[in-house]
Amino acid sequence: MFAYPDGRQALFGVDFTVERGERVALLGPNGAGKTTLVLHLNGILGSVAGGTGSGRVQIGGTGLHREHLGEIRRKVGLVFQDPDDQLFMPTVRDDVAFGPANLGLRASELDDRVHEALVQVGMQDHADLAPHHLSFGQRRRVAVATVLAMRPEVLVLDEPSSNLDPAARRELADILAGLDVTLLMITHDLPYALQLCERSLLMNGGRIVADGKTRDLLADADLMSANRLELPYAFNPLSVPGPEH
Amino acid sequence: MGVHVPDGFFNAPTSVATGLIAAGAVGFSLQRANRELRETGPALAGLTAAFVFAVQMVNFPVGAGTSGHLLGGALAAALVGPWTAVLVMSTVLLVQGLLFADGGLTALGTNITLMGLVTVLVGYFLTRALLKVMPRRVGSVVPAATVGALVSVPVAALAFTGLYSIGGAVDIPLAKLATAMVGWHILVGIGEAVITATVLSAVVATRPDLVYAARHLQQDLVLVDADGNSSTVSPDRPIGAQPAGRSLGVGIAVTLVVAGGLSLFASAHPDGLEFVGGKLGFDGAAKDSAVAGSPLADYGVHGIGNTQVSGALAGIIGVLVTIVVGLAIAKLASLRASKAS
Amino acid sequence: MSGDGLLVAVESPVHRIPAQVKLVALFIFVLAVVSTPAAVFWAFGGYAVMLLAALVTAKLPAPVVSRRLAVETPFLVFALLLPFVATGPQVSVFGLQLSQSGVLGAWNVLAKGTLGVIAAILLSATTAPRELLAGLERLRLPATLVAILSFMVRYLSVVSDDLHRMRVARESRGYLGGRAGQLKAVAGGVGVLFVRSFERGERIHLAMQSRAYTGRMPQLSTHGASQSQWLVGLAIPLAAILIAIAARVVGL
Repeated sequence: MFAYPDGRQALFGVDFTVERGERVALLGPNGAGKTTLVLHLNGILGSVAGGTGSGRVQIGGTGLHREHLGEIRRKVGLVFQDPDDQLFMPTVRDDVAFGPANLGLRASELDDRVHEALVQVGMQDHADLAPHHLSFGQRRRVAVATVLAMRPEVLVLDEPSSNLDPAARRELADILAGLDVTLLMITHDLPYALQLCERSLLMNGGRIVADGKTRDLLADADLMSANRLELPYAFNPLSVPGPEH
Repeated sequence: MGVHVPDGFFNAPTSVATGLIAAGAVGFSLQRANRELRETGPALAGLTAAFVFAVQMVNFPVGAGTSGHLLGGALAAALVGPWTAVLVMSTVLLVQGLLFADGGLTALGTNITLMGLVTVLVGYFLTRALLKVMPRRVGSVVPAATVGALVSVPVAALAFTGLYSIGGAVDIPLAKLATAMVGWHILVGIGEAVITATVLSAVVATRPDLVYAARHLQQDLVLVDADGNSSTVSPDRPIGAQPAGRSLGVGIAVTLVVAGGLSLFASAHPDGLEFVGGKLGFDGAAKDSAVAGSPLADYGVHGIGNTQVSGALAGIIGVLVTIVVGLAIAKLASLRASKAS
Repeated sequence: MSGDGLLVAVESPVHRIPAQVKLVALFIFVLAVVSTPAAVFWAFGGYAVMLLAALVTAKLPAPVVSRRLAVETPFLVFALLLPFVATGPQVSVFGLQLSQSGVLGAWNVLAKGTLGVIAAILLSATTAPRELLAGLERLRLPATLVAILSFMVRYLSVVSDDLHRMRVARESRGYLGGRAGQLKAVAGGVGVLFVRSFERGERIHLAMQSRAYTGRMPQLSTHGASQSQWLVGLAIPLAAILIAIAARVVGL
């Protein structure tokens, strides 16, 4: 359970488990509580952070308590929806270095880590640019790199494909599919969910209303319409290849 | 003001003195704001500074074909608290000076003192003082801060005049300067007040928890669990909230000391205050002044012999009148707002 | 408003001087200018020549500099009023009664203000914002202040864009209120802008915390300035100090 300081309650009891290496999509209409939920996963919101609410989170055997906050935040990497929220340092290099520097990395070790993360998203040639000189798709990729630089075990993405042009959307999918991490991804882009994630959670009204194979959820027309979800025109979830192939 | 004092406008000793005042104020504010900044992070203060910077570029008409713009000191103080607000305003001025060559580097101390310190402190303490005597709800912050904003601008103009009497390069009759500055800036202050009121109303309507000056007036939250049982909890502890129990006096006193003290300075100057009924020169500027024909014209009170005392009195009376006018405007504004909703 | 400030991105010897050197140089230079007696006209000529030389070395286009000088306008008006309102002995110029001290005062404000603005333009046009921040950090500006500055500089363009988009949205809906109505609409938009900016600030803080931020920002500056860089950078301000001293001696 969790309520924001202005009195709005966003979560009303949520319970689920994600296995190591699994890729899971988190679906649901606007205002379902998806973003609020993922902000709990590394203790940014909720009682650990001194907020209003109750509940329990466990990551890789470590319970989320105040004394483990640093470790949890290293293990769970969060990519925010708006890359401008994530890229707050003067240059791309400063930004990607922010997390590892906080973990205590210095000098050449730090430089290597930054370079490695930028190569993973194909942005190594833009390290010295200011964020406002990048395109939106480039900023989204750098945002992913800022988190990858911390070598997280779980990567949590909020709407990774939003506002991207088709080519940038596909490039990001290629990058995400190539990563060896547990992935939890909030998205309204249902084909994207089907392409990348075998399993999906469906949230509405601050509760989880469905949990199963992405393909089955998308093919359940009643479930979909009851939760304000719609497939793109002429898209048949039963006839396209998914991650299981 | 609304414009930044350039290099060489005041003599070097005045620039150094205001530089020291500004440095001291920033250091003190850093210390006082430390706890808030640790919890909310420097990003919030930085974003507030970017906001003030952007808003200062929005002009509003003042009259006589000229325009003014928001200074934002009183508004920032109401929104993020006085100490963070001093840091925010100083940051804005530093960026304007260093990145945009706006406002002289040697005049930075003067600009921070006038626009970062005086407007913030006068605005904030007046707001808090008024909140003491108004209904205990978050909405009261709107009229209170409106008055704070309205008064903060002419007081800053008065501070400018005071500085000019100490370190101005040329002797000009200070009475005329003070009248023109304060008269003009009451008009600018009205614009400042209107914008402050509207901005705060919008914030109170959407995120009342963000208004620092009214955090102690927040109501409890109601939580509902999965089974539909509800429970009441108090909201997150206000960060760095002022302990209650400060009296109305503090706010008014700060304002009056600034206003009266500076007028005293002004009148102590060899050229002194000439209190004659509005016949003196300074034609171009003085005609715009709203108070040029009033009993306060030329910033001395009629019938009081001692020019220094009368100057200080005039400053104080001017501020008091501004407060009363501001309260009336705020009352009107809140009446109209409640009718509209 | 651009997040780059007034930066003119070209290669020049002035661009290459480290920011902390340029900051100190600017400060000393302006201090020398400000403490020069207004009546010693040749001194201001000397300052102007040195500044011009620096502008040329920095390869700054003249239009950029002159456009930026517009920030001075309000004080130009004030300066032009001075001869009419100042007290003291009067002189007659073209039939106008002007105060002697007022004319000198106007010159004082104009000359010093203009030199100060040009010097500041020289700094801001040759130094990237990030370098400026690193320079301030090197000069021991408190870390908290550097952090606030750096967030402000980063989000200046983002917040300005928000404001601009809101104005376009208002005008494209054909808003034609009177003067008061317009002021109210603008102010209402500003209120929304604050909530947006504040909430962005909260999200940024969350993003920082999720990347192990514990209250201290990483250092920006990596290396200091060499002795020769200090010498090159301080050449003009040191000459300015000499001029200021000479002007004082002459003025005695």
